[in-house]
Amino acid sequence: MGVILNGKAFDLDDGATVEALIARLQLAGRRVAVELNGKILPRSQAGATRLKPGDAIEIVHAIGGG
Amino acid sequence: MSPDTAPSRPRVLERSGADRPLVIAGRSFTSRLLVGTGKYKDLDETARAIEASGAQIVTVALRRTNIGQNKGEPNLLDVIPPSRYTILPNTAGCYTADDAVRTCRLARELLDGHPLVKLEVLGDKKTLYPDMPATLAAAEELVKDGFEVMVYCTDDPIAAKRFEDMGCVAVMPLAAPIGSGLGIQNRYNILTIVENASVPILVDAGVGTASDAAIAMELGCDGVLMNTAIAEAKNPVLMASAMKHAIIAGREAFLAGRMPRRRYASASSPESGLPF
Repeated sequence: MGVILNGKAFDLDDGATVEALIARLQLAGRRVAVELNGKILPRSQAGATRLKPGDAIEIVHAIGGG
Repeated sequence: MSPDTAPSRPRVLERSGADRPLVIAGRSFTSRLLVGTGKYKDLDETARAIEASGAQIVTVALRRTNIGQNKGEPNLLDVIPPSRYTILPNTAGCYTADDAVRTCRLARELLDGHPLVKLEVLGDKKTLYPDMPATLAAAEELVKDGFEVMVYCTDDPIAAKRFEDMGCVAVMPLAAPIGSGLGIQNRYNILTIVENASVPILVDAGVGTASDAAIAMELGCDGVLMNTAIAEAKNPVLMASAMKHAIIAGREAFLAGRMPRRRYASASSPESGLPF
């Protein structure tokens, strides 16, 4: 199925969880925050949240800034 | 309250020279220098400069992860660990109140519920001046949502008071445009903001060198936040150390209370008892 990941089209397995997406991106265990369709998705819910076609996902991390 | 009747903020003039800590939202800090993590050559230089600055509060930005490009790449928060530093996520790059609020919510999730944020809502790319109506709107929403807001703003004493009244935990007027290195352009406004405030006032942005930081502290500011002045110095680690000392020197000069300015000379040696 197709989703929008960080503003770009991205293909992943039907019914994949957010946790599975994070693992596939090799971001498991890294300090990231996830927004799903404009709302924060708490880390604790990543395993139980299944993505749907067309979902918009943002995954952010901290970088240098002032 | 009219300027004539406004109480001047209490000054510490202890002979011991002992200072109070900087307290922001109930957290105490001995360092009054806050530093950013942008524009460094690499994470190693970032870590060494921050170490040399003695800063305890360190700003970071939030950006999208580079999908598929950051495997094994070191992470900023590995070299600036939240267990050691108070991380202050910013909303740099946000030009609307909504984007800034959204960024703060992502930051809170990223940092396990840590509610302290540096709010900035920018007006245009050339000046990076704050969009004050949008900043006021974002601050109001963030305070309502439980954030501890340190707000980057213009050096407008009326707006500064408004941010304080709405519950911001620190007000951070600019010295000059972000990254300009021009130093404090309106020290009388900064002074007025400091005198009227009952929350910490920190100069944020525009400092270029150590004397600029010292002037901010001599005016009575509670601290200074800077990034480019350190990161763009030819030797960032040495400049970080210079800034640490400038902040301490300026603070001590403020606490000591400077001598009055005189137009003419006042001899330092006794004028009587001369041998001729």
